[in-house]
Amino acid sequence: MRRLLQALFLLAGISILSFILLELAPGDFLGEAKLNPQLSPATLAALRHQYALDQSLPEKYIHWLGSVADGSFGISFAYNLPVSTLLWPRARATVRLTLTSLVLSWLIALPLGVWSAAGRNSWLDRGLSFATSALLALPDLALACLLLFVAVRTGWYRSSSLTLPVTVLVLAALPTLLRHVRSAVLDVAGQPYVRAARSHGISGARLWFRWILPAAANPLVSLFGLSLAGLISSSLLVETIVGWPGLGPLFLEAIAARDFYLVIGPVMLSAVFLVIGVLIGDLLLYLLDPRIRIET
Amino acid sequence: MKHWSVSRRLRISGLICLHVAVLAAGFLGPYDPTEQNRALSLQPPMKIHFADDRGRLHARPLVTAADGRRYPLRFFVAGARYRCLGLTSRTHLFGIDPPFRVFLLGSDEFGRDQLSRALWGGQISLATGWLAALLALGLGLGLGTIAGFFGGWRDMIVMRGADLFLALPWLYLLLAVRAFLPLSLSPWTAALAIAVVIGIIAWARPARLVRGVVLSAKERDYVYAARGFGASSWRLISRHCLPETYGLMATQAALLVPQFILAEVTLSFVGLGVGDPAVSWGNLLSPIRQLSIIASAWWMLLPALVVVFAAWCFSLLDNQGERNGVVR
Repeated sequence: MRRLLQALFLLAGISILSFILLELAPGDFLGEAKLNPQLSPATLAALRHQYALDQSLPEKYIHWLGSVADGSFGISFAYNLPVSTLLWPRARATVRLTLTSLVLSWLIALPLGVWSAAGRNSWLDRGLSFATSALLALPDLALACLLLFVAVRTGWYRSSSLTLPVTVLVLAALPTLLRHVRSAVLDVAGQPYVRAARSHGISGARLWFRWILPAAANPLVSLFGLSLAGLISSSLLVETIVGWPGLGPLFLEAIAARDFYLVIGPVMLSAVFLVIGVLIGDLLLYLLDPRIRIET
Repeated sequence: MKHWSVSRRLRISGLICLHVAVLAAGFLGPYDPTEQNRALSLQPPMKIHFADDRGRLHARPLVTAADGRRYPLRFFVAGARYRCLGLTSRTHLFGIDPPFRVFLLGSDEFGRDQLSRALWGGQISLATGWLAALLALGLGLGLGTIAGFFGGWRDMIVMRGADLFLALPWLYLLLAVRAFLPLSLSPWTAALAIAVVIGIIAWARPARLVRGVVLSAKERDYVYAARGFGASSWRLISRHCLPETYGLMATQAALLVPQFILAEVTLSFVGLGVGDPAVSWGNLLSPIRQLSIIASAWWMLLPALVVVFAAWCFSLLDNQGERNGVVR
């Protein structure tokens, strides 16, 4: 409950911050319209009033909060539509992309990480750690460009398919996850109680699933929220590069058009995604780790 | 230095070569990066030969020019005027005889030499990265020290502010802050603006780390003793707390500079960074956003490899822990 309240404060803080930033921005959406000789100053003033651009910052903010309450998130100047109607389909596409990649990357990272930790210094472990180092050094942007290039060249590129963006996102998220899974498992596997369990004759699946993995889960659950943060950022980039109709392209367009509320929308949404991810991580931790349940 | 691994030494020499090459862009690049040549648009990279059209071997390398014939590469040729480290010069390391042009990395859709552009583009990209890291570390050091040393409401404000900045996915934050600057800026102003933007949004993490270090440093016995002898806050900070943060600052710098270079590349790539007549690695890559370019001109992807190389050189800390057995 306290975490929820904190999250709400955080979101309020972010929204105020973004309002202040955008208030400082020189020029607004009507800046170009001013140059249009067909629009009289009176019409401009009316437009200004209609879009609530003539109000002071606190007034605007309260106005916006009201629009959040009725679910429209303000009006997009460029489209002359409530921001929510533009935002939701895009947000759905982004969520579809990020969730698929999130699930997939964890599904790949967990077994691979555990496997490479179990056979430490085996050829698999060495191969994987080489691959993770290589992937880590490869920036998301370059990775996306290279994969797009390969996809276009080999002809399996489809603009509407999830395959390419998900591949990029999974490959971008995988190295960090793998490394953490491996080191978390190795950390636990080196503990005295594991040695004790071994000396009691517990081995194989029981040792791993009963004793090692539950104890290793703790740091990984905390990583869950963080990995989501990385994914959201990379997804913006990947969406723009491969032309996936998610929040990213809309956001860039809105910035270029100085579409005030359409800029705030995605920023807030991304923060909401992240906050939800961190909350889910906390909740999981609470369910998994009895120590935390006792503390709170 | 002796215990450094081979790969680490390679990276460091790569880093030095990269910076030297980028600084000497005017000399190493055969042409002016903005010079257009519409007739020679989207030329593939030229092959270097040591045999001429009739199969005779030469010591001097030859390149296949646009007309399909081989021409000798000339060294230390006079070409476009450029400035390098405050000196004006016309000498370029190599070139071919005037009616033809040499494109070792190909040319873009306006017929500009990609090699020269990649070299010149590094200037803005690297400078932005370093400047942004300097800003972020400076801000983080200042605010983190204030928060850690004085505590109380100052600590409260700084740390809540840091939470705010850490709560957003970095790219959204970067773009949102970028949105409050004018869209079109002159190249160096844009680079400066981007550095400032990155510095503004990235201070939070170093500030948190510095705060932790300062918090523990100010509790040391000798700091209490110094305080008892009447040392001023300023002296306590500068003499006893800050020196403990130097190691942290160095590791942070090694982590942040490449991140910030990539941030600039990303911003310019999506068209919100350094604008067109000027070059940075980001807008060098932005033609790739058109599928037709990717499908027909593979060499437009080569700048991505330059970025990858730079990122690899900068990843100095990545494997170090692993090799020393810290991260097992």
